[in-house]
Amino acid sequence: MLRIRCIHCGPRDENEFVCGGTSHLTRPPLGASDGEWAEYLFFRDNPKGLHLERWRHAQGCGAWFNLARHTVTHEILAVYPITERPPAIVERTPPSAEGSR
Amino acid sequence: MTSGYSAWSLLRGAVGGHRHWPPAWPAVEPKSRYDVIVVGGGGHGLATAYYLAKNHGLRNVAVVERGWIGGGNTGRNTTIVRSNYLYPESARLYDFSLKLYEGLGKDLDFNIMLSQRGLLMLAHSRHDLDAMSRWANAMRMNGIEVNLLDRAAVANLVPALDLSPRARLPVIGGFLQPRGGTARHDAVAWGYARAAAALGVDIIQNCEVRAFLKDGARVTGVETSRGRIQAVRVGIAAAGHSSVLAGLAGFRLPVTSYALQALVTEPIKPALDTVVISPGTGAYISQSDKGGMVIGAMLDLFPSYAQRGSFAVLQAILASTLEMFPSFSRLKMLRHWAGIVDVVHDSSPIIGPTPVPGLYINCGWGTGGFKAIPVGGWTLAHVLATGENHPLAEAFQLERFVTGRLVDEAAASGIAH
Repeated sequence: MLRIRCIHCGPRDENEFVCGGTSHLTRPPLGASDGEWAEYLFFRDNPKGLHLERWRHAQGCGAWFNLARHTVTHEILAVYPITERPPAIVERTPPSAEGSR
Repeated sequence: MTSGYSAWSLLRGAVGGHRHWPPAWPAVEPKSRYDVIVVGGGGHGLATAYYLAKNHGLRNVAVVERGWIGGGNTGRNTTIVRSNYLYPESARLYDFSLKLYEGLGKDLDFNIMLSQRGLLMLAHSRHDLDAMSRWANAMRMNGIEVNLLDRAAVANLVPALDLSPRARLPVIGGFLQPRGGTARHDAVAWGYARAAAALGVDIIQNCEVRAFLKDGARVTGVETSRGRIQAVRVGIAAAGHSSVLAGLAGFRLPVTSYALQALVTEPIKPALDTVVISPGTGAYISQSDKGGMVIGAMLDLFPSYAQRGSFAVLQAILASTLEMFPSFSRLKMLRHWAGIVDVVHDSSPIIGPTPVPGLYINCGWGTGGFKAIPVGGWTLAHVLATGENHPLAEAFQLERFVTGRLVDEAAASGIAH
């Protein structure tokens, strides 16, 4: 069971939340090609390591926010508001695809 | 190398204290060059190598596996085989797989313990039943036998199910695919490995791919933890790690990796002789030949490479399983595990070329890879050997995510995701 620190409610159990997938995807302009739409809608880095992702406190306050989480250890490195860029410490941490096994 | 397995060889072994059995396949050092390298020694990779040798006459083939064969999802599933899919493209693909399973024990000279005990899908509401009627009719249109059942027929088939008026999860009917069932997962991996090795395939374990060798854009081999190996063509069959390998080769996939967990109880006397799936709750259960209740869950719905499941999902799945089967509440859990599955948006596979010349992939089976091992190997072998997509795989290409021609089986794969 993950303990996730909601930006409003503090640490709560994982089953109060839903994960909304990868953060910081930018919607392409309406004139984008089919290939660009496919990249936006379907294609993902799917990293083995650090992943920036959206979560919602669905069974609590309802807020959307961002997590920086490691997809092998599940360690949460940062929690930050939905409209913000990831904190500098996370930006500098390279996704460790060859990290822990 | 390999001796035939038969009642006679068992009897002969009994006389000699079972000391005459040779290894099922030889441990080999990688050669410097192969016609085809298959990355991933799970069921799909081993089946690919076997069919490359058997169907296409390619003997200079290697399977490279980071860990040990069958140690990933092939050893982490719930051993269910079925072909209850909605769309014609999927029905053709999965029923071909089931037909290969039906002859596989004989083909491989290895008892895969296929048990076509029937696969029952439960309807908990009128809406479930309406949707299942449509689903079952689609299966019949595709030539796959299925029987719609009312509540009495379900009660007759599965006496352990709670069908009392006070049941938390009422059952009002369902459908049965009589040819569905289970097969022994380790036997499928070992059978393919042994049969492939007998045809000359090198099976190289503890050999991790760290990079792809390239000449210009074209893949010409792999750099591994056991050295550099050249190949004319390379195939990837790595399930939940497909994106990691694609990243090494320089492209992305429409895949997200999730943990899918399952558990098995202590063995008990025979109490359940069908596979029971409850799509509404995400729970599914069958009894193994050893007697353990094998219980599967829905996905842990956040990206994971952790090979362990979340307690929240385990708790939810056990709650719904025990609401359906109250008499199982005293069973002790023996083992609990998770595999990392490669989920795509439409829950259909990708079998064919990648954007990188010389590199081919079989992935995207998501939560349902085990049942598809024979056809996944068959079709990946075809494209690796001939350069042309197998007709069964034509609808399951990477381009469908650009053209929008998805084969949306998300509803038909039996669990909610």
